[in-house]
Amino acid sequence: MTAPMERLKIDKVSLTYPGLHSSEAVIALKGVDLTIESGEFVVALGASGCGKTTLLNLLAGFMSPTEGEITLGGKRIRGPGADRGVVFQKHALLPWLNVIDNTEFGLRLQHVPKAERHERAARNLALVGLQDFHRHMIYHLSGGMQQRVGVARALTCDPAMLLMDEPMAALDALTRESIQELLLKVWEHTHKMFFFITHSVEEALFLGSRLIVMSPRPGRITHMYDLDFNRRFLKEGNARAIKSSPDFIQMRETVLGIIYGDELAAAGTQEVVHA
Amino acid sequence: MLSFMPQAKATRAGKVYGAPGDGYSGHISIITALVLIGLWFLVTESGWVKPLFLPSPVAVYHKFMVALTDGVANSTLWEHTRASLTRVFGAFFLACLTAIPIGIWMGVSRVARGLFDPIIEFYRPLPPLAYLPLVIIWLGIGEFPKIFLIYLAIFAPMAIAARAGVKSVSIEQIHAAYAMGGTQGQIIRHVILKAALPEIFTGMRIGIGVGWTTLVAAEMIAADRGLGFMVLNSAQFLDSAAVIMGIIVIGVFAFAFDLLVRYLERLLIPWKGKI
Repeated sequence: MTAPMERLKIDKVSLTYPGLHSSEAVIALKGVDLTIESGEFVVALGASGCGKTTLLNLLAGFMSPTEGEITLGGKRIRGPGADRGVVFQKHALLPWLNVIDNTEFGLRLQHVPKAERHERAARNLALVGLQDFHRHMIYHLSGGMQQRVGVARALTCDPAMLLMDEPMAALDALTRESIQELLLKVWEHTHKMFFFITHSVEEALFLGSRLIVMSPRPGRITHMYDLDFNRRFLKEGNARAIKSSPDFIQMRETVLGIIYGDELAAAGTQEVVHA
Repeated sequence: MLSFMPQAKATRAGKVYGAPGDGYSGHISIITALVLIGLWFLVTESGWVKPLFLPSPVAVYHKFMVALTDGVANSTLWEHTRASLTRVFGAFFLACLTAIPIGIWMGVSRVARGLFDPIIEFYRPLPPLAYLPLVIIWLGIGEFPKIFLIYLAIFAPMAIAARAGVKSVSIEQIHAAYAMGGTQGQIIRHVILKAALPEIFTGMRIGIGVGWTTLVAAEMIAADRGLGFMVLNSAQFLDSAAVIMGIIVIGVFAFAFDLLVRYLERLLIPWKGKI
């Protein structure tokens, strides 16, 4: 299980993509500071180009920051590892394996004995409601079920934190809502750190216990909010009532205002460039 | 009033508009084959074409029976076939053992790609007949140079297909495996190699086809047996019935093996084209 002392610390992190000439270098992230406590559900929201996917790639270890450092439980992140599970926008499952073998795959790579990895995979598949689909092939599942396998697969390695890069962007509205609710139940059950990227304001407010709003050029965190809509849902269980409550709508308009401001500013600079 | 005008055909109940060309085409192919054989009977029986240019199906069948029992070009048909099958399949298996690993290696290693790319790309477009004299000068006229010539022709398309197959793995699949604690070796073996299988199979099909096309060239090297030799030898005696019989036998073996590989493909890679 995750030790209660686990904490993710992002310390003055910047990332610059080098261009062909120094004038073409793109500053994707500049001076990002963020601490995620154990058991937090952090949602990153922002206009495209704000560096939220870059931030997730840094947390996953797929990239290294050009400045600053990221530590998990006091240890510096130097590359990808089984302590940070990732769920992708497109499912990234292995089509030659069935549902249970896909879910066990990480433990197989870690040479965990067959009986144990089967038991752990089955437990996590049950958690996402796929206990009756062990032998199904990935390509026979719907998009929503594929993403649930992706979540179960990431959880089966028992990571300290789960990183999700717009995992529901390709799903229809109904599936999306049901998976949002499922994800909150999984979060409550596992007490893991969740870091979730989305461009849907409603999804961000509903899921997160903390919302970070990011702005582009250069990518940075501009606003941060503590939220409790997810806890309200876990207590009361009526998602629609929460999403249509006055304080939710007010919060939504505030955040939309910030993001539209960014989009308008971006459009403005583009006009200047073209003029 | 305008009922005589051509109209778009209405869909029948239960009919679905699919992509152009959907559906089973096997029965049309059988009709094509039957019509061609019928035409062959017609033009030979009616005497429109001299037997030297196109012998009748009956004459070819007769030659086939003679070849089975008494033999043509100093050996029975079975001996010719065995000699050719050994060469083609010997070369094919050598190519499978070398071209597939080298192609994969080229896909995953910058050094291997730099090393092999100029060699393969230089000799690949050359017709085997062009380097046949060199193979004879270097390796003589035994059995090995014949296999080697076919092997060279098969090697290039198979290595290129395996290399292209490596590219069909998605970066998310690789990242997911890293994030589950996979090592580079495990990712090559368990993810990249599997993802490349569909293209490797396509390469095998192309490779064995190229092998049969190179057979006749290979059996120009002082052979005294083989289907290619039988065709060449019969041509020198203007025995067109034996020539056509030889061509049909080669065609039947090549087609049968292609069917076998296609069957194995469906059995071993059922996910092909589904994801």
